[in-house]
Amino acid sequence: MKIAGRRRKTKGARGRRWALIGGMALLWLLSAVASLAEQRFPPPDFEGGHQLPVTTTPPARALTLDYLDVGVLGLSLGLAIWLVYRRRSRKGLIVLSIFSLLYFGFWRHGCVCAIGSLQNVALALGDRSYALPLAVLAFFVLPLAVAIFAGRIFCAGVCPHGALQDLVLLKPLKVPPGLEAALSVLPFLYLGAGVLFAATGSAFIICEYDPFVPVFRLSGRALMVLSGAALLGLSIFVGRPYCRFLCPYGALLKLAAAVAKWRVRVTPDNCTQCRLCEASCPFGAMREPQARPGTQTHARDRRRLGWLLLLLPLLLAGGGWLGYRFSAPASRLHPTVSLADLLIRAQGSPPKIGALTPDDLALERARQAPQEILAAAAAIQRRFAIGGWIFGAWVGLVFGVKLISVSVHRPRTDYEPDSGDCFACARCFEYCPNELVRRGVIPATTLTAAAPEISGPPGLDRS
Amino acid sequence: MNPGISKPSSVTRRQFLRDGARAAGLAGLGGLLGLVAERSTAKGTVWQIDPQKCVRCGNCALYCVLEQSAVKCVHAYALCGYCQLCTGYFEPDPNDLNTGAENCLCPTSAIKRTYIEDPYYEYTIDEQLCIGCAKCVEGCHRFGNGSLFLQVRHDRCLNCNECAIAKVCAGDAFRRVPADQPYLLKTDTF
Repeated sequence: MKIAGRRRKTKGARGRRWALIGGMALLWLLSAVASLAEQRFPPPDFEGGHQLPVTTTPPARALTLDYLDVGVLGLSLGLAIWLVYRRRSRKGLIVLSIFSLLYFGFWRHGCVCAIGSLQNVALALGDRSYALPLAVLAFFVLPLAVAIFAGRIFCAGVCPHGALQDLVLLKPLKVPPGLEAALSVLPFLYLGAGVLFAATGSAFIICEYDPFVPVFRLSGRALMVLSGAALLGLSIFVGRPYCRFLCPYGALLKLAAAVAKWRVRVTPDNCTQCRLCEASCPFGAMREPQARPGTQTHARDRRRLGWLLLLLPLLLAGGGWLGYRFSAPASRLHPTVSLADLLIRAQGSPPKIGALTPDDLALERARQAPQEILAAAAAIQRRFAIGGWIFGAWVGLVFGVKLISVSVHRPRTDYEPDSGDCFACARCFEYCPNELVRRGVIPATTLTAAAPEISGPPGLDRS
Repeated sequence: MNPGISKPSSVTRRQFLRDGARAAGLAGLGGLLGLVAERSTAKGTVWQIDPQKCVRCGNCALYCVLEQSAVKCVHAYALCGYCQLCTGYFEPDPNDLNTGAENCLCPTSAIKRTYIEDPYYEYTIDEQLCIGCAKCVEGCHRFGNGSLFLQVRHDRCLNCNECAIAKVCAGDAFRRVPADQPYLLKTDTF
């Protein structure tokens, strides 16, 4: 890693035909002598006064355009809040989704996005020398800040990944609740892994395995294209599979949205418990009214909760230990560690002659400063050991909290979307007769006719 | 717990916890912001190849997410010897020193050879054709002045969050550079 600025002097022969010209020994001699000289062939003095062309340097994308992206993100978030909470308009959100898909997806090629930005932030925390671009920081912070107050507005119509899946959802099927609960821990694990590998400077796995970037770019590696096609096909039947069961940024948004100040409510008014919205949510976010459990179940649940709370430290410690055990193989994802690995395995073998592969060339580089490479790799592995403990404990925590959350019953009087799981897509609104009255689609008298079916007191708890 | 009286109080308790969690979340986000903001740069960064570290392995042509790599060969004309027998242009043992494809190293004929005056020839890269395979760079580096080298061309580069070539770079030559100085041009031979 630390051979910056050092000039490359030794040169292995590359290309058998070159070797034919001079022979190996001569070549080594020639290149060693030549690299001492300033320039092998002095630049010519043109008699005809030929002017040297200038090496062109097309500029990078203007910085103002990066801030334009941030501006568009901010405006889209604001517009989405207005569409969800004021207009309560699904149509408006569809239009916004298409815009986001075109702008952040196809125009900006899906980069930089909020999902990937969490890795930049993790890298900035892990590596003091990495300068985090402010525009990237804004992409990380803005949707989260909005989610703390207004829920997953970013998912509703600003995120191009979500928009793409949402727009192809044609025949939503219900995921069995058990499977849904089990799969819903995946984003948190993916988040932990993404942070671990980014903070150690190894890889941005969330970007590397992003399924939809190949769609936005209309090209990509085979694995990405295949996983993108598979997920996109799945999205026709299962609502937003990436958002629900994979998206690591969605995991953060879910945590923020769980404590959001303003929440999406199906009804603009009072819930009449007509149950029309029961099956309206294609993302499994709709929660049914739940009665307060009887004393017997209550006592049993409390006992179970007690055991789970006792189990939590064990899960944390066990997970941490497992994470530590697996940190060494995981560290091979770091280029320096894998190179050190290659160096150790190639110890004693003579330098390769002839056509060199990229691996051979990397090995040759490592052999010039083996101690530096090994020391750097050891330092990275120490970081991975610490990261492994933290990641493992995080996995234990995720499973522990999930177990606790499925065994805690929260009494609910109305049908309402779970604020953590709700993508604020506004689909459920039009299922509510109160909403239809508000929009003037049906007259208010229709509701009073249906009133006898109402059971239980209308919404006491609508927080 | 008596359900009759616990109901309203549980609502306020939950509300209280929620408010507390929100405040904690905001404080955490603010703290994180403060922590990374002091190390942030307003300039933005882009990817570039350090030509002194490049080992000309050929990965640039293969791993870019673009169909045709954003890495191209560029020419530091001031370093060029304007050789008649350019080892970046010709095959190791060419049949003849002419522009015939069988004599040329470049697989896409991206190098244009122009006669200037005896015995000097100028070599220019057609970036439309160049795929960044580094064959010419290797030839020029090994036997010539090393005036040909690879650079990420920012009119093409998507500036991915993580560069796919950087991950596999055999020479560890890729790094993030400030966006207002996006090139690491060669001013020195080799």
